Amino acid sequence: MIEVKNLTKRYGDHLAVKGISFTVEEGHIYGFLGPNGAGKSTTMNIITGCLAATSGSVTVDGHDIYDEPLEAKRCVGYLPEQPPLYFDMTPFEYLMFVAEAKGIEYDKALRQTREIIEMTRLGDHQNRLIRNLSKGYRQRVGIAQAMLGDPRVIILDEPTVGLDPKQILEIRDLIRELGREKTVILSSHIMQEVQAVCDRVMIISQGVLVASADINDLESLISRNSKLCLSVRCDEATADEVLGSIEGIESAEIHPGKQEGVLDITLSVLRDVDPRDDIFFAMADRRCPIIAMQYEESKLEDIFLRLTEADAAAPAVEAEEDVQSAATDEGEAEYTSQFSTAAYRVEEENEEGKEE
Amino acid sequence: MSAIFKKEFKSYFINMSGYVFMAFLLLFAGIYVTAVNLKGGYAAFEITLSSMSMVFLFVIPILTMRSIAEERHSRTDQLLYALPLRVSDIVLGKFFAMLAVLLIPIAVMSIYPLILSMFGTVNFAASYGALLAFFLLGGALIAICMFMSALTESQIIAAVLSFGVLLAAYLMSGIATLIPTTAMASFLCLIVVSLLLAAAVWGLTRNPVIAIIAAAVCILPLSALYYFRAELFVGLFQKILDVVSLFTRFENFIYGIFDVGAIVYYLSVTVFFLFLTAQSVEKRRWS
Repeated sequence: MIEVKNLTKRYGDHLAVKGISFTVEEGHIYGFLGPNGAGKSTTMNIITGCLAATSGSVTVDGHDIYDEPLEAKRCVGYLPEQPPLYFDMTPFEYLMFVAEAKGIEYDKALRQTREIIEMTRLGDHQNRLIRNLSKGYRQRVGIAQAMLGDPRVIILDEPTVGLDPKQILEIRDLIRELGREKTVILSSHIMQEVQAVCDRVMIISQGVLVASADINDLESLISRNSKLCLSVRCDEATADEVLGSIEGIESAEIHPGKQEGVLDITLSVLRDVDPRDDIFFAMADRRCPIIAMQYEESKLEDIFLRLTEADAAAPAVEAEEDVQSAATDEGEAEYTSQFSTAAYRVEEENEEGKEE
Repeated sequence: MSAIFKKEFKSYFINMSGYVFMAFLLLFAGIYVTAVNLKGGYAAFEITLSSMSMVFLFVIPILTMRSIAEERHSRTDQLLYALPLRVSDIVLGKFFAMLAVLLIPIAVMSIYPLILSMFGTVNFAASYGALLAFFLLGGALIAICMFMSALTESQIIAAVLSFGVLLAAYLMSGIATLIPTTAMASFLCLIVVSLLLAAAVWGLTRNPVIAIIAAAVCILPLSALYYFRAELFVGLFQKILDVVSLFTRFENFIYGIFDVGAIVYYLSVTVFFLFLTAQSVEKRRWS
């Protein structure tokens, strides 16, 4: 659907985007995650043709954004970070203007505008001036504008920033609804949002794509181990002995629990084995009751922080190298390689941290 | 383009600027017609128009200051870039909307010769010829001021800049008479203009090499010509300013001359500044 290759954007001396490449497939909701100033908005602006890239190419549905901008732009609906609204128009007038500018015939535009006003629940406010609308409604007008003309991809730049919790939930519902029929790309620096709405995540930091994966696979990218937490009523020696006999356990940390006689155990387990059954029966044989046993899900937040901080800590020289490597080896293998260097850096740093 | 045109045209009547523009133009048209034609007992409407061209200095910036500066200020330019529109659609849509607003007071003013004809002999060809030139002069000034609006994000700066440029254009031939007509003076003035041009090129491209080339292209032939044929430069600067001055060229129409050269000149200036505006809008995507 969208193919981005070696995208680079330079503002004066500052490299905002450093050779990003990725492919967006149809029918998914993509989350574009990164700290402020990571290059999310710049990348989105380039994809939608609002900004010209310094180098690299963007194709939308087979149309290059520079060579065939009109065809490419017809496939994309875009809501920039600050909704581009004319304050002295009403939502209805505004949407009709956008529909006409997108080249929709009057009758069809009227029908579509009414449908979208209903979908975004703007009905009660469609004849008030946009100037007088609250931020949540303005945001909805912005999203409605992006939906006009039935584009196959909708790109939303931080669609929930500055909204109250109820409005955020409403906008998220709307995005999920959109995601059923269309490809949606949304950027955010809020992890929960991406976790709640998206099924694919791309993490960008300092202009470099550090990870791109299905939201469920993301944690497997960062380490091959997962964490299993246990509470067992037994003494340490027994616990050591039992756990030592079970396969697939990389390491174990044993602490006395809050309750007397109960141990809290944190196991690092290989991701592709599930030792829970073995642990249960082994403990049962020793008549050590397991009170609780649960996988600790590593949060997207942790992954995000580890990936982005690793990148921030990396010297600028390495970032430059990323650009060069991105320029030399094309293709999809590239972000996994970029990613693995990032993950490698994380591990290295963690080790250094421990030594200290 | 039609979507932009409609939106822009409507916007001039949603906020005040369209009304203010038309009101001022018509107010001064009324005052001048009363003074020159009714009180003066003179049936030539073209004389009135020549005095009125000065009013453009004040009203055109009111009309044009929003056009592009406001889009940038409120970030709505991002919408225009993301919509399937060409830059030419955007610039022309906006320009024609302003031209349409200008056309309304012009249409009202076109009634004056008819009224005057009830009391005296009116040369309709001269009157309407001058009115057409007046309209095209307005179009050229709108294009110039639209370019000024494309240079900044602030409406106020756009308005002040536009007013300054129009005033300079208006006073151009007057200023020229202050400069001695000697060959030396003309030569020096042309050198200064060349340097200003080079500075403008540098300002727009930020590329010193291109600016130096531009300066060299202007200055070297001038110097060579001055060295060999200095007598050509006598009074040259004044002549050039008279040809270039938008307002001076309008004076031919007062004497009942339909100056096709002036019409072509106005149209060329319009096209040139629309082109510059489009470049400036396009350049913003590359910033």
